Amino acid sequence: MRAAVLVFPGSNCDRDLAVAFQRAGFDTHMVWHKDTELPERLDVVGVPGGFSYGDYLRCGAIAAQSPIMRAVAGFAARGGHVLGICNGFQVLCETRLLPGVLMRNAGLKFTCKMQALTVETTDSPFTSAYKPGQEIVIPVAHHDGNYQIDADGLARLQGEDRIAFAYEGNPNGSVAHIAGVLSENRRVLGLMPHPERVVDEAHGGTDGAPLFASLAEALVSA
Amino acid sequence: MTEPAITQELIEAHGLKPDEYERLLEIMGREPTFTELGIFSAMWNEHCSYKSSKKWLRTLPTDGPQVICGPGENAGIVDIGDGQAVVFKMESHNHPSYIEPYQGAATGVGGILRDVFTMGARPIAAMNALSFGEKDHPKTRQLVHGVVEGIGGYGNCFGVPTIGGETRFHAAYNGNCLVNAFAAGLVDADKIYYSEASGVGMPVVYLGAKTGRDGVGGATMASAEFDDTIEEKRPTVQVGDPFTEKRLMEATLELMATGAVISIQDMGAAGLTCSAVEMGDKGGLGVQLRLDDVPQREENMTAYEMMLSESQERMLMVLHPEKEAAARAVFEKWDLDFAIVGETIAEDRFVIIHGNEVKADVPLSKLSSEAPEYDRPWVPTEPATELEPVPEVDAIDALKILLGSPNYCSRSWIYQQYDHMVMADTVVAPGLGAGVVRVHGTEKALAFTSDVTPRYVRANPEEGGKQAVAEAYRNLCAVGAKPLATTDNLNFGNPEKPEIMGQFVGAIKGIGAACSALDMPIVSGNVSLYNETDGQGILPTPTIGAVGLLTSLDELIAGTARDGHLALLVGETEGHLGQSALLYEVFNREDGDAPHVDLTAERRNGEFIRENREWINACTDLSDGGLALAAVEMAIAGEVGVTLDAADTATLFGEDQGRYLIACSFDKAEALMVAAGRAGVTIQTVGKFTGDTVRIGGSDAPLDELRTIWAEAFAGHFA
Repeated sequence: MRAAVLVFPGSNCDRDLAVAFQRAGFDTHMVWHKDTELPERLDVVGVPGGFSYGDYLRCGAIAAQSPIMRAVAGFAARGGHVLGICNGFQVLCETRLLPGVLMRNAGLKFTCKMQALTVETTDSPFTSAYKPGQEIVIPVAHHDGNYQIDADGLARLQGEDRIAFAYEGNPNGSVAHIAGVLSENRRVLGLMPHPERVVDEAHGGTDGAPLFASLAEALVSA
Repeated sequence: MTEPAITQELIEAHGLKPDEYERLLEIMGREPTFTELGIFSAMWNEHCSYKSSKKWLRTLPTDGPQVICGPGENAGIVDIGDGQAVVFKMESHNHPSYIEPYQGAATGVGGILRDVFTMGARPIAAMNALSFGEKDHPKTRQLVHGVVEGIGGYGNCFGVPTIGGETRFHAAYNGNCLVNAFAAGLVDADKIYYSEASGVGMPVVYLGAKTGRDGVGGATMASAEFDDTIEEKRPTVQVGDPFTEKRLMEATLELMATGAVISIQDMGAAGLTCSAVEMGDKGGLGVQLRLDDVPQREENMTAYEMMLSESQERMLMVLHPEKEAAARAVFEKWDLDFAIVGETIAEDRFVIIHGNEVKADVPLSKLSSEAPEYDRPWVPTEPATELEPVPEVDAIDALKILLGSPNYCSRSWIYQQYDHMVMADTVVAPGLGAGVVRVHGTEKALAFTSDVTPRYVRANPEEGGKQAVAEAYRNLCAVGAKPLATTDNLNFGNPEKPEIMGQFVGAIKGIGAACSALDMPIVSGNVSLYNETDGQGILPTPTIGAVGLLTSLDELIAGTARDGHLALLVGETEGHLGQSALLYEVFNREDGDAPHVDLTAERRNGEFIRENREWINACTDLSDGGLALAAVEMAIAGEVGVTLDAADTATLFGEDQGRYLIACSFDKAEALMVAAGRAGVTIQTVGKFTGDTVRIGGSDAPLDELRTIWAEAFAGHFA
């Protein structure tokens, strides 16, 4: 299994995501933002957290215009798996690989803490190793995680069972407590919480590990 | 452009005293140019030259088998085994943070991170020690918000976990807040970079962001007292760009891997001037700079402005000329400036050329070797006043006041604004005591803490200095780490006042004694003087940052108290209430002496904790608020009630030193008692963790009620 992790200037969870992929058995490649092609025979692209291009215009907006994201869009269109975490989720929304937008937290402050979530669907290559409705704890660390989408879009996400994770409580004001959403073909996941930060016992929790295990399982059996 | 004439007024505006200007004239043999005056002023101000403190700093213990690099470089370096080393330092950004809290604090973080990665280390942890005025002072709330957002804004984007620190509030900081930023990085011991230039005719390369007019004269500003013209000083505060800093760090580390770097220095205070002089001076070389080649983001900048600019995210490097292409490619990859702006020369000269004119030509080595040094007059601090009688208090009432006070309530409002988990190696998050991060890819971990109790230092500088080191030692031992070394950030008032200088001298003596006795040499540090507004000095605040090593995560003590655990107290209790948190918060009193620090007992008790970690579920050191506050904090962390046997105020709230509170099962407690007997350590059962109620001295309260007071107070005071 081969994973690529994108590196934008300002990415700072790229290594963490690569480590999590490796722990789950992936052969992992770092891919520079100025590259125009992804490695061959790739199974999944990880778009990591951080502050791509300093988040100076709008989070993820400049990264969405980078050469490598055109290649990622093509990869997704061909049915490739894409995982966007935190800033990566923002980038995926800006590239329209996922619907909705991420706005400034309702409390206006950056928020970093352990956060309880519920697994809203296990019907995806990212969540099949969880139990339906399972409560898990995964940290959040963001300033702009307030997920918003119009009423029709929300109804569609709900109707198509594409909300992957929801917050218990609401750390940032997201509509319907949404923490992560899936694409129509369920192969693109974006989420604000950081599963790569809870994959080994030393992290004080391992609730992120099943996400990577689900993916490995799905790709092996695919 | 013609430079202004040198007048008496101009000399004074540059902070040079008459005797210092005389010395300058002697070195130059002529009247200086305006640019030269600026260079001397930048090199000779208190911030850069340590002219008031040097004599005393030399007395500190800086050596030990673990020390790879002591003070004098960008940061200190300590061996952590397996060919790895930890690089760390703490530095103040007090004056800028008071003037412009967000940018002042942000660039403080940026500066300390640069100090660390300049040496070849990837930053892995940050902390900050903050002192603000009293909560109701009109500036405090704005400063708290601005400083915390600035630290978070910079560190979060850069991508370093902020894993600890301390925050205090006291009226003495109303006119001068303190922002002390700590950073630590990891480096392979054979890949460390220093600032010593070598070789004549080697290119001097400018790296990073462009130069603007921001921060011109910043170091001089930071070496003066404040008065009511303070708002006019805002333009001397620099503006930070953590995105550029992150790229600069990645590019610098990549550059080092190419083998292109002979020596490297970050541009901090007095940017281009200090960095060039430092590299030349260490290497016994001169430096010639051509300012027309300096990347600039503003037009028509003068030589004076460029030499004194404190624009952020810049470095200066001496390059192996044959590696230029590879080095340039790295910086182009990261879209950063790379410009050859001069070269090393054999003569002892610092030559600045701008627009085909020589703007400065100064004997380079004299800028540091002939820098003024003062043996400032000092008077020993008066012995502390006798402690007036302290009335007995209802322990629960007193705890409610402490837990709800700005000084002792939960700091989660602050540290939740900091990404404390990025890099995915955080093992112990901020909260109580030391923060711990794993050394990436190994089983080792490093613990970090920052401590000082300024009330103690004011009452008794020497004991207070010892106590700051001792508390840092305890915080490291309490998580199972072996204390390795320290960095000190010495914040004091105006050193020209003999009583302030007396505080400084006393504190240095205490710190030195404790660092020797506890085998924690000082490997880096920073001095911040003139923390006064309208003649009112701060509390003497020598912040101690300390680093400890866990050779395996198995050594970590990070459990919580559980229902049924005994509460065991290690160390001697006499009930010292002088200068205690109880006195200050409950009675609004600050009398009595600081508690005495028995360094032999500190070491014995700390070693006892580390050697018996297998019997310890949870551990915390006792400091402000004594046994009662430590027990309740441990109860809150473990979500279990606690009952203490003692009832008298001195036993419950006394702040005797060298003590730890342990939670463990009955069986383990027996083993600890036996071990303590053998080690000559005092240990006693002082209560039990049980139920959901806190019971102390005949009164009680639901744990939930106390936790709510503690958890919500900070936002209540400041949000």
